[in-house]
Amino acid sequence: MSATFLGMPGNFPKNAAKAVHNSQLRYNLRKATHTIRGKRANVVGELPDWQELRAAGKAIKDHTLRNLDRYLIQLEEAVTRAGGTVHWARDAAEANAIVAGLVKATGETEVVKVKSMATQEIELNQALAEQGITAYETDLAELIVQLGDDFPSHILVPAIHRNRSEIREIFLEKMPKVPPHLTDDPPALAEAARLHLRERFLKSKVAISGANFMVAETGTLVVLESEGNGRMCLTLPETLISVVGIEKLLPSWRDLEVFLQLLPRSSTGERMNPYTSMWTGAVEGQDFHLVLLDNGRTDVLADEVGRQALRCIRCSACLNVCPVYERAGGHAYGSVYPGPIGAILTPQLRGMSSDLDASLPFASSLCGACYEVCPVAIDIPEVLVDLRAKAPHAAAERAGMKVAGWILNDHERLAKAQRAASRLRGLIPKRLPGPMSAWTDTRDMPEIPEESFRDWWERNERA
Amino acid sequence: MSAREEILARIGKAVAGAADVEIPRHYRTAPQVEDLVGLFAERVDDYRAIVHVLPAAEVPAKIDEVVAGRRMIVPEGFDREGGWTDLDTADGVITYCAVGIAETGTIVLDHGPGQGTRAQTLVPDYHLCVVRADQIVGGVPEAVARLDPARPLTWISGPSATSDIELNRVEGVHGPRTLEVIIST
Ligand code: SF4
Repeated sequence: MSATFLGMPGNFPKNAAKAVHNSQLRYNLRKATHTIRGKRANVVGELPDWQELRAAGKAIKDHTLRNLDRYLIQLEEAVTRAGGTVHWARDAAEANAIVAGLVKATGETEVVKVKSMATQEIELNQALAEQGITAYETDLAELIVQLGDDFPSHILVPAIHRNRSEIREIFLEKMPKVPPHLTDDPPALAEAARLHLRERFLKSKVAISGANFMVAETGTLVVLESEGNGRMCLTLPETLISVVGIEKLLPSWRDLEVFLQLLPRSSTGERMNPYTSMWTGAVEGQDFHLVLLDNGRTDVLADEVGRQALRCIRCSACLNVCPVYERAGGHAYGSVYPGPIGAILTPQLRGMSSDLDASLPFASSLCGACYEVCPVAIDIPEVLVDLRAKAPHAAAERAGMKVAGWILNDHERLAKAQRAASRLRGLIPKRLPGPMSAWTDTRDMPEIPEESFRDWWERNERA
Repeated sequence: MSAREEILARIGKAVAGAADVEIPRHYRTAPQVEDLVGLFAERVDDYRAIVHVLPAAEVPAKIDEVVAGRRMIVPEGFDREGGWTDLDTADGVITYCAVGIAETGTIVLDHGPGQGTRAQTLVPDYHLCVVRADQIVGGVPEAVARLDPARPLTWISGPSATSDIELNRVEGVHGPRTLEVIIST
């Protein structure tokens, strides 16, 4: 992928304004997010102990973060004992250099990849390309994104912004051996991808993955997926390199009983995803390397309010319920982490010195839906408000006004924001934090009515 | 300072003074399921896998019937003669499993005797799995407790699937397109 997120110009309101004019994108997004949302609600409703699982998930993650140093050392020992090698990387450049070095040591110039947000975050593919190593994405959606020279726009379904005829065009143009009469029927497109990647899987000597979880007690890594491309990459090549953020840790083997229930149900809305692979160290004769990645995570950890973002298990449930994401699309966030979680994680990982990053905490109507669905109960609205106060003043004011304007410009968005505001009305401070405080110091905040006029009108019209 | 030392030092500094957290475990660790086999069969079927429930004595004949005409890999430790050996040209594979989970319709392989290597259950397009009724547990916690983390583990819930194209479910992108399960009672 030659495109890069970091250099993305503009800011959230500008990007969003462009996106809302793309009606195809809005249609795709709406359909997709609503479908997954419905499936999720069904399978979550099946479990009578969902809130207990959620409380356990939250506490396990908080406990891990509190003792992260101790558990990382324990993990390192367990992985080493099981024949793996552990590497530590302070930042993206260090991680990329370690991986490039490991690949070069095998003498290979091509690697296959399992979908991984951590490697997108550090822009590993570009770094490898500079060293003469080609990285091939193997997840169908990632493949569509890579062949289309494009950015992923959703955590779970990265090519959500593309429809079948666009995908067909991309395949016809970019797949060397594609059948010329390829239709845009999804099974036909999937079959083309299967054939395209099959040979590559069978001959690849090196694979790169991330992981959904790492277990400190046992040294086990866990990858959840649907297609089987993950299993292909994890098991067939001779060398496996996993790049994993240090926050992906769980203390004990037993803790998987919580997260293997929370993640699939929140993410794809299935009781369980089709395939989960677990391995401990070097197995079946493979050479195994684990690269532990910091890249700003310890800075996030140091922030008392913001550190809860590190509990995130990347399920994408918050994207699918977010009224702002649904309209703006994933690209507007200018980061591999889109949607509500991106709005709090990206500015924390990257800082808020750019216009884009300073605008992200404003990319929300604070309706609270993201918090309600989050399987590890991250209070995203709380972190958003905290980050707004911390954003550089001038940029924050500009971004805040622009997002406000953008929300007010569309009657549907406005209705949602008003409804959200009335739900949150007890929580609205009388004095605004940070740059806006001077304004509220001399004025009373207007009371937010219990019900918006719009809702009242609809209710009374219907009655 | 090495990267390792520096990251550990940063963590120590970041969390200094933060309170530790108790982990509440009030969720169900052994869900009450009245008919384990029935629920497991129903949930596997929900993934569009093919399911048969049979008395143990009838299993071998059923296997003969469903694999007829297929070049099947029969892993070491599986109670059956012969078998195809070339991974690339095999039509399918037949295995046992380590655990079945009723609530989620999941089969877990620990690649022990009769379960083949990870590649053997992945590359061929068809997977036939024989699950003994006494291997089926109610929920995920009981399965995690039964499994050995030192072994490579593969959790399978239905055939390979993708929803990447306009969220249409398409079975079989890279893994087996067909999963058939025989539950032996
Ligand atoms: S913040 Fe919560 S809901 Fe959003 S992706 Fe992370 S875990 Fe899922």
